[in-house]
Amino acid sequence: MERLERMVFFIMLSLFALASVASAASEQFKGLIYDPGKLRPIDSRTHLKVGMKAPDFSLPSLSGERVTLSQFRGKKNVVLTFVPAAWTPVCSDQWPGYNIAKSIFEKHNALLLGITVDNIPTLFAWTREMGGLWFPVLSDFQPHGAVSKKYGVLRSNGTSERALFVIDKKGVIRYMDVHDINKRPPFDALVRELEKLE
Amino acid sequence: MNEGTKILIAAVLAVFIGIRAGGSGNASEKTPLKGERFPDIRLAVPEKEAEKSYLGLSGKGTFALSDVKADVLIIEIFSMYCPYCQKEAPLVNQLFETIGKAEDVKNRIKVIGIGAGNTPFEVDVFRTQYAVPFPLFDDQSYDVYKRIGEVRTPYFFVLKLHPDRSNTIVYSKVGTIGDPAQFLAFVRDEAGLK
Repeated sequence: MERLERMVFFIMLSLFALASVASAASEQFKGLIYDPGKLRPIDSRTHLKVGMKAPDFSLPSLSGERVTLSQFRGKKNVVLTFVPAAWTPVCSDQWPGYNIAKSIFEKHNALLLGITVDNIPTLFAWTREMGGLWFPVLSDFQPHGAVSKKYGVLRSNGTSERALFVIDKKGVIRYMDVHDINKRPPFDALVRELEKLE
Repeated sequence: MNEGTKILIAAVLAVFIGIRAGGSGNASEKTPLKGERFPDIRLAVPEKEAEKSYLGLSGKGTFALSDVKADVLIIEIFSMYCPYCQKEAPLVNQLFETIGKAEDVKNRIKVIGIGAGNTPFEVDVFRTQYAVPFPLFDDQSYDVYKRIGEVRTPYFFVLKLHPDRSNTIVYSKVGTIGDPAQFLAFVRDEAGLK
């Protein structure tokens, strides 16, 4: 019996090792990050394709203003970064990375818009913990996940996918990456796409 | 069912679930602590001549930490994506500069950074943003990160490098180094550099 117990312990240990997903957690958030474990990589199917017009939307931002996608038409390229939820791993370090890359977005005349399905107070506390962000953060909370749904990236549990959309000045989708939710999209790929814009 | 059968079933189940989980089996190791030995990792030899010469390296390919020409090696585990590392960057730069001004140890204490899960491009973004003057390496595949127990970042290791190519960790902690001058004094003490 003792042998069997040892075996069970070994199996549990193996499973734990297999389930863990490395994501280099920042000490910044200490014990504040809720770890949902390994999730189904993608849990939605988008109807959008590169070359299609990006669906317009208008959402409240952290600063209090509403941000409408079409207001940038003819003026700026737009990068939408959907992240699944505040206070979760991967998400909590994706935006701080973009936070030190403002000059790269500016160089390509691109505006970054962060979107989650969380409400404004949650986004306020979370982004404050990141030390503030230079780009607008939009709340797709009410009606819940409506914009995420419009982009085909709303997951069955009400969070969104980890997804990037590059939209050019004409409002056309030039790049999209609905990424494995458990992994951070490498910044390289996004920058390569920005370089392709005029 | 006898015990042997139970064990066999359990083992088969473990393998089956393991495959489904898609795990590579590359499990994380324990974080090496003060007094222990830092794992034998290999990093890519820097392309920049100045960085090669700083570390006392030559050629191409990879190098082991024991190849670094120093008595003490300070390793920062960081990430471009880590806000704390971003705040810490100016302090670590100051530490590097403080070491550079200390004639007696400037060739004996070297500093490197390893970007956990960062691509070379991402490491470059960090390097450029903070004008990091010491060599930074990418750990895109989390290989090093897993060897050191997936620490939170920033994490600092200070290694005493021995002539027999072994090393002893004299500092292994998460979080800020605090005042760079005081940290250098501490490193001198701990590593016995007088």
